[in-house]
Amino acid sequence: MSNSENVLELKNVDKSFGPIDVLHNISLSVKAGEVLCLLGDNGAGKSTLIKTMAGVHAPTRGEILMDGKPISFNGPKTAQEAGIACVHQFGGTFPLMSIARSFFAGVEPTKGWGPFKVFDREKANEIAVREVRNFGITRIEDGDRLVGGLSGGERQSLAIARAVYFGARVLILDEPTAALGVKQSAHVLRIVNEAKRRGLAVIFITHQVMHAMAVGDHFAVLIRGSIAADFRKGERSREEIADLMAGGESMVDLEASIDGEAATV
Amino acid sequence: MAHTETTSSEPSSPKSASSQFSLGELIRSPAMGAFVGMVIVFAIFAMFGFSRNFLSIAGFANWMNFASTVGIIAIPVAFLMIAGELDISTGAVLPASAMMLGISVNHYDFPMWLGIIMTLTMAASVGLVNGLLVTRTQVPSFIVTLATLFAVGGLTLALSDFLINNTNVSLQSPDWAKALFGTRYFGFRSAVYWWIGLIVIFWFFLHKSPWGNWVFAVGGDSESARNAGIPVNKLKIWLFVLCSVCTALAGMCQVIQFNSAQSATFFNMIFFTIIASVVGGVLLNGGFGSVAGVVFGTMTLGIVQQGINYTDIDRNLSLLIIGVMLLIAVLMNGTFQSLATSWSSSKKED
Repeated sequence: MSNSENVLELKNVDKSFGPIDVLHNISLSVKAGEVLCLLGDNGAGKSTLIKTMAGVHAPTRGEILMDGKPISFNGPKTAQEAGIACVHQFGGTFPLMSIARSFFAGVEPTKGWGPFKVFDREKANEIAVREVRNFGITRIEDGDRLVGGLSGGERQSLAIARAVYFGARVLILDEPTAALGVKQSAHVLRIVNEAKRRGLAVIFITHQVMHAMAVGDHFAVLIRGSIAADFRKGERSREEIADLMAGGESMVDLEASIDGEAATV
Repeated sequence: MAHTETTSSEPSSPKSASSQFSLGELIRSPAMGAFVGMVIVFAIFAMFGFSRNFLSIAGFANWMNFASTVGIIAIPVAFLMIAGELDISTGAVLPASAMMLGISVNHYDFPMWLGIIMTLTMAASVGLVNGLLVTRTQVPSFIVTLATLFAVGGLTLALSDFLINNTNVSLQSPDWAKALFGTRYFGFRSAVYWWIGLIVIFWFFLHKSPWGNWVFAVGGDSESARNAGIPVNKLKIWLFVLCSVCTALAGMCQVIQFNSAQSATFFNMIFFTIIASVVGGVLLNGGFGSVAGVVFGTMTLGIVQQGINYTDIDRNLSLLIIGVMLLIAVLMNGTFQSLATSWSSSKKED
């Protein structure tokens, strides 16, 4: 019953590259209008997991289900067509292209006929600006501006707005706040909440516990390729999550540094 | 320091003066710097060359004729640069095409049309090899096309020697071919008209058609472009083919115009096309540029290279001028890049 509500589900997924096992027995699920936070230290296998979900890698064993039905992706393109959008740390946008051109890269709106089809700049500008503003980036009013002039948070927002506009149902955010300052991070977290409010299933990858706590409904901690803990909001404290992520190694030192970081935020 | 100050204050002042159609946008446009540069160079040469008729139609035609050969090749070279690649094999494809047409028509008595088709096919296959090697291997396009430059250059010399026992060939073209590729109208060679036609087509392709967007996206970030569903490798291969085919067109125009061709590799063409692109505001690391800019860059190069004959300036100094020009252009392109992306700060000042 509850399984059918899951937009995306991984069942006992293993991934190995030759003799090297990267992911072991991963089972995860995310529902519409829910934020799943995937926590893990560097090297825990987060990138491999993202790439498996985004269709870049096929799982060695196990299955991926969408809306309760098993699905296999031939590549990132088929995953995108199924509604899985991946937004990377730097937003995956083109700094020297205009906001509208960047928004519609690869799926340009055209007008005219035959070989004389031209890029419909007015339409592209209008849609791009409208969609981005709907996500709360009111500073953008001209679609002809270059993406390079946007802040890191705004670029993330642009990329998320783009994914949502093109029909994404599952949004995979790969460390969207890693390179951002406090204010910009808050900005991105607001956008994540907005995406969730619109009924998207969001998978939020991060190693910043604070950011995860701010938006997450459901948490999974990844350690050396396996799920070390899977719990819902309010079931664990921040300290417990941080300890889990650290994997029990030199806990006292790490706790001290994490508490120090938390105090400054 | 003074340089950056003037540029950052520039876009805000005209924007407040004019309304929505902004002069600022015009100033930001990548072709603007190239246009201003060309006007300055033209003014200087007009001043020094006035007494020797630099400003006459003949003087104009002289440098335009030179610019047309470079220009036909420079635009597709610039496309590749915008897409983050480089093609330097043009220096060998140009003489190879001229020799192939000359030998096939003059020595083997092929009909002209067949010679043209064969030449274009040969060039397209060189482009295909370039494109496939660049996309299939991770070798930088500079090295790949450097290799094909020497390979094609060597093959041209060896085959000419083997087939006709001569490294030069003469060619008598039928009237229609002469009219199409190798005569003069109002003092301008046919190549000038080909260039103008191609400028229109290429401008439409890069700035109006949806494919132009792909070229910019591929050069801006090829990984993101691939994720956005753009066929990155296919596009690059086509651009390499386009570049070689355009080079062949320029080569055929030359051999039909002058009734003869030489098989020596034309290394200068490599530098001319790259200089025209960079002076025209194309960024070396890709993702940015314009057809208009490259056209202005090519014309500037033509003025300096040919116009110097109309002045008392030592001819050898044209190389110095081109060198200095190139350096200024590269520095300005960098400034432009930061200017174009700094709108957020300039906007707060308003």
